[in-house]
Amino acid sequence: MPKLISLVLLVLGLTLQVHAAEAQRVSDDPVLEAKVQSLAEVLRCLVCQNQNLADSHADLAIDLKNQVRDMLRQGKTEKQVIDYMVERYGDFVLYSPPLKTTTWLLWGGPFLLLAGGLGGLFVLLRRRREREEEPLDDVQRSAAKRLLQG
Amino acid sequence: MRRFLLPLLIFVVLVGFLAVGLRLKPREVPSPFIGKPAPMFSVSQLHQPEANFSPSDLKGQVWLLNVWASWCVSCRQEHPVLVELARHNVAPIIGLDYKDGREPAIAWLNEHGNPYRLSIWDQDGKVGIDYGVYGVPETFVIDKAGIVRMKHIGPLTQTVVSEKIIPLVKELNGA
Repeated sequence: MPKLISLVLLVLGLTLQVHAAEAQRVSDDPVLEAKVQSLAEVLRCLVCQNQNLADSHADLAIDLKNQVRDMLRQGKTEKQVIDYMVERYGDFVLYSPPLKTTTWLLWGGPFLLLAGGLGGLFVLLRRRREREEEPLDDVQRSAAKRLLQG
Repeated sequence: MRRFLLPLLIFVVLVGFLAVGLRLKPREVPSPFIGKPAPMFSVSQLHQPEANFSPSDLKGQVWLLNVWASWCVSCRQEHPVLVELARHNVAPIIGLDYKDGREPAIAWLNEHGNPYRLSIWDQDGKVGIDYGVYGVPETFVIDKAGIVRMKHIGPLTQTVVSEKIIPLVKELNGA
């Protein structure tokens, strides 16, 4: 039994340590923290590229989050913070890419595909209807009659 | 025969897209700094803590800024290339020791050789953020007017140095 207890304590101790390692520097100001969080959700972590800053535990992501917090604390607006990041890391740092000439295909592509699919469907249905409405000629009519009469 | 034509065409287009996709390097984010002035800073040097270095000190020269750290494994890989580059005196190389301890950094240079004219000590990574550093090592080529001309992400190789960096430095020095 003492063995079991010490094992449980050991496991608890280990998990506590893991949590301690993930703890991050936060300020006491909940309004500021909410702002940092909302910005961290629209900025991409450049180390693990499919995560945003809020989800990432990479060192750089934590540094960048601290940078965001420091800038907000200095009274910078959210737009200024985003511009600062784009200036340094390019549009790639934005989790949703901006709409501009180089990205119109990215944004418009799905709609183009949809239009193409609808167009294809339209042509296919029309062609099928045309085929169905074609009247039978005399040979086909007599062949059908023969079949029906057995 | 004709009904196979369309699927075949779609297949060829798909293969084309995949082939291009395989060649893309999503990890190499294009630097927005190319063609823009290198960010200014004034930070304490690694070996002489009391002396500062600022990019304006090298105005009028073409120079390289190499981001490194003693904890960085890929830096070990590129280090011989840097040492060789420094031996040929192509351009002054300034080291940016990124988020590192002063003592391990100096020990690391003593062990592996020091290709840098000087290194600056970016303890908390602030200069790194200013330069858009997201993976160490990274190397910037900065021209006489202080404009960033090239950025290489990841370890330098002999090929990159002889095919890109040396020709670029020569061109910038000639201009």
